[in-house]
Amino acid sequence: MNRLSRRTILAAAPSALVLASPFVARAKNYGPGVTDTEIKIGNTSPYSGPASSYGTIGKAQSAYYKMINEQGGVNGRKINFISYDDAYTPPKAVEMVRKLVEQDQVLFTAATLGTPTNSAIWQYMNQKKVPQLFVATGATKWDDPKGHPWTIGWQPNYQSEGRIYAAYILKEKPDGKIGVLYQNDDFGKDYVKGLKDGLGDKAKLVVLEASYETTDPTVDSQIVDMKAKGVDVFVNTAIPKFAAQAIRKTAEIGWKPLHVLASIGNSVAATLKPAGLDNAKDIVSDFYLKDPNDVQWKDDAGYKEWVAFMDKFYPEGDKSDAGNVYAPSNAATVVQVLKQCGDELTRENVIKQAASLKDFTVPMLLPGVKINTGATDFAPIKQVQMGKFDGTQWRLFGPLIAGAVT
Amino acid sequence: MTAPPEEIAAAKEGLPFAAAPAAGPEAELMVPRVGRIAYRELAIGGAVLAAVILPLVTSSFVTFQLTQVMVYALAILGLNLLTGFNGQFSLGHSAFYGIGAYTAAILMHNYGVFYLWTLPAAGAVCFVVGFLFGLPALRLQNLYLALATFTLATVMPQILKFHGLEAWTGGVQGLVIDQPDPPAFLPVDTDQWLYYVTLAVLLLMFAAASNLIRSRSGRAIMAIRDHPIAAAAMGINLSLYKTLTFGVSALFTGVAGALGALAVAFVAPDSFTIFLSIALLVGLVIGGVGSIPGCLIGGLFVLYVPNIAESVSTGLAGAIYGVILLIVIFAMPAGTAGFARMVFARLARLRRS
Amino acid sequence: MELLLQQIMAGLANGAIYACMALAVVMIFQAIDHLNFAQGEMAMFSTFVAWQFMEWGQNYWVAFVAAVVVSFIAGVLIDRVLFRPIRNAPVLSQVVAFIALFSVFNSSAGQIWNYTIKSFPTPFGHKPLFGISLIDTHEAGMIGVTVLLLLLLYVFFRGTRLGLAMRAAAANPESARLCGIRVGWMTALGWGMAAAIGAVAGILIAPVVFLEPNMMLGVLLYGFAGAVMGGLTSPGGAVVGGFAVGVIENLAGTFIPYFGRELKLSIALIVIVVVLMIRPNGIFGRRIVSRV
Repeated sequence: MNRLSRRTILAAAPSALVLASPFVARAKNYGPGVTDTEIKIGNTSPYSGPASSYGTIGKAQSAYYKMINEQGGVNGRKINFISYDDAYTPPKAVEMVRKLVEQDQVLFTAATLGTPTNSAIWQYMNQKKVPQLFVATGATKWDDPKGHPWTIGWQPNYQSEGRIYAAYILKEKPDGKIGVLYQNDDFGKDYVKGLKDGLGDKAKLVVLEASYETTDPTVDSQIVDMKAKGVDVFVNTAIPKFAAQAIRKTAEIGWKPLHVLASIGNSVAATLKPAGLDNAKDIVSDFYLKDPNDVQWKDDAGYKEWVAFMDKFYPEGDKSDAGNVYAPSNAATVVQVLKQCGDELTRENVIKQAASLKDFTVPMLLPGVKINTGATDFAPIKQVQMGKFDGTQWRLFGPLIAGAVT
Repeated sequence: MTAPPEEIAAAKEGLPFAAAPAAGPEAELMVPRVGRIAYRELAIGGAVLAAVILPLVTSSFVTFQLTQVMVYALAILGLNLLTGFNGQFSLGHSAFYGIGAYTAAILMHNYGVFYLWTLPAAGAVCFVVGFLFGLPALRLQNLYLALATFTLATVMPQILKFHGLEAWTGGVQGLVIDQPDPPAFLPVDTDQWLYYVTLAVLLLMFAAASNLIRSRSGRAIMAIRDHPIAAAAMGINLSLYKTLTFGVSALFTGVAGALGALAVAFVAPDSFTIFLSIALLVGLVIGGVGSIPGCLIGGLFVLYVPNIAESVSTGLAGAIYGVILLIVIFAMPAGTAGFARMVFARLARLRRS
Repeated sequence: MELLLQQIMAGLANGAIYACMALAVVMIFQAIDHLNFAQGEMAMFSTFVAWQFMEWGQNYWVAFVAAVVVSFIAGVLIDRVLFRPIRNAPVLSQVVAFIALFSVFNSSAGQIWNYTIKSFPTPFGHKPLFGISLIDTHEAGMIGVTVLLLLLLYVFFRGTRLGLAMRAAAANPESARLCGIRVGWMTALGWGMAAAIGAVAGILIAPVVFLEPNMMLGVLLYGFAGAVMGGLTSPGGAVVGGFAVGVIENLAGTFIPYFGRELKLSIALIVIVVVLMIRPNGIFGRRIVSRV
């Protein structure tokens, strides 16, 4: 080895100091859409068209980021949340996401909504190496770090929920005849698959798989069918409108099955009240978020924080819409990722930090539910807890259950 | 001076060039005089030139958007042939668009067919489906036909989601398509290449449609729309022409669907609902029923106006869209082409006086 | 056998909804010779108006009457302001205007009242009818009101001068004018009546399906199908058609193996198209003979 001249050593000294010292600020590294004062985030949501009821999720996220900005932003940078309407159609989603990435130059997208829309942009985002963070759908396929390293889910996926219902049924009524009501699209079919996979070789217990379309006026006929077939375990994976109709019809025809309701339709205000709180007694469901209309959270700190947020930043938002609980929780996770990035705001680091969440919680998550991700684990929220409705509120019982589908 | 009867009839239907007047001052507009430059040909040439240069000077994203505009314009042209020129009301063209798209997707995804061959394949499949649908449709008129085509549009997504066909169609999850690479010897990227492919197909099919309309068959088709009884009395085989027109119309829209699938690189049942049919119908009317160049305006409308509506207000995007539609219909009841025709007619009158 | 009976009853109950809507559809068709795509959304909006009155403290019947009156006036206004200027525009342009209306009503309702489902009261209650659990009192009430409306309309159109004038104005505007009938106002009246009937339909339907901005999407589809199958020239046929659609759909969903469950909507619509093949003007429709 050559003798190092003094000059070389002196020249190298500052760099060595920088590398050695943990107290010196890291160099700033910016990807597209980032300046010293701003971070651009992209999103598409269905603000028009038949799925426009989910548009509130986009609006609530906007409100949340507004709140963060008023509090000073993240590490001194304000968040510029750009959200476009995709009308829940894949071609429009592709167009809007391309606009976000190529024209608006966003750093990443967050909470893009819907399975068909996210499926349409999946390949593009991964080819362009743009993080597709915390997609607002529960499809199982987003947990695929090997095949799609730039895409990460957020909520417990539908198949793992289905398996949890199967496990519960096998425990409570192992010889029951099961009927499942599901929406005839990706999320509905995912629930059914999870349920049947969870039942394993007892899948033949499912005697009736009754689907509905969102254009159906009622699901009364499906309920009548179930009763006629002697179903005594009713797995209800419908969205609030149809879940409520099912609950009401079940009570009307005097049918009393073991009623398992999916998390998507278990809101007290949006589903149970219209169906009739008495009719909903003894229904069992699973939860990962707090229901803001459940009296048990009345004095909960997280709930009060949420109400304050809604009152100040999204007063026109409906407090009985579960989407308005989902949105700020999802957005808070994004903020955490940005905090973890510090000044290293590149796309690579964003997805890396998104895959490095350790025991992170947000105010409206059920107590004990923690967000965890890793290099091979792209399912941030895996835990749910079961609850039973007593006529007034949901009584949580049992341990936190981790969904087991990867 | 009163307008000639063809003009009145044409104005009622909102058609720009319903019948070429044999003589008279109006003829000056339609047929270029010998020795004078033909304005129409010049305009078309200029437009094509601009279209060829555009993707080279603008971003990939805008190129992608323009490709979609052309796809919609072609789909609207298909609808125009059936509804505008033949008077058969169709709410079912989203089904043909979807069949074309899925044909291309299935051939590429499951069988690895070269993408250019999927275009005529999509066209052929749609022609057969359209022709077969046209057979029972012969018995139906107006709103009854509307319901039948509406049925077609509603049935298509259900079939695409049907679990029994999942192995081919990918079911509710849809199919991802790998976009083709441009040929090695051309210095263009994928977006530009798809743009040029779409442009070439568009020009080809617009020319074909133009020729069809100006031929004897075209006149027969339009005669069926205007006076079916008289047409039958004159010996035109109504059944044959109507079903063939259905088939050809489906072919055009099916090819558009295949091109659309290539551009978006994804097909799913949710892309091909009744709302797409309605959007195509709106584009047809805004562009001008019975106008071939109007289809391009229609395509621009279908792609850009929802974006404009949304930029005004996300919460009321649908309402703003509706208001824009109403304003356009009020200002131009006969569509853009009808409006343009009226302007040209006024200019011609000014020139003469 | 019992399942068959149950599904037929359930189908009739659903069919009552469609029949109601089909009646409104045929009503507007008789008045203006066009199909109003926005009929469902207008009905939904009217129902929200009724709901809003109840939120403001009014009782059910006040809200009912208020909503129907407001809808009538709105219908007349929409005709005079929106459709009169484009009366002579091509048919397809008017269709696009309907589509625009649809968009405006749907989007506005979502913005004003949001998308959480709301329960809507019914004067009939939700108890099983005569103890039979197959059909409840509200559904029976709905059928009753629909039939009553049908009778009233029949009496109005056939038995009153105004009704005759409206029919004349729709059938042959030029001749009607020559008889001194103010065709413009007849059309506006028709619009008003159709809007009012739509409001009634919406108020009857909401207790079953729950009130929300997208509640009429499917109902209009089925109502339209029922009306067409019954025959657009026959209000009675439309009502029968509506019931038939409900029953066909339920039976298809329950009894056709393999395809039935997922494809019952498609099957129902295909059945209707087949019926139209056999009777191209609907089951009860009359053939319109036009002079050459």
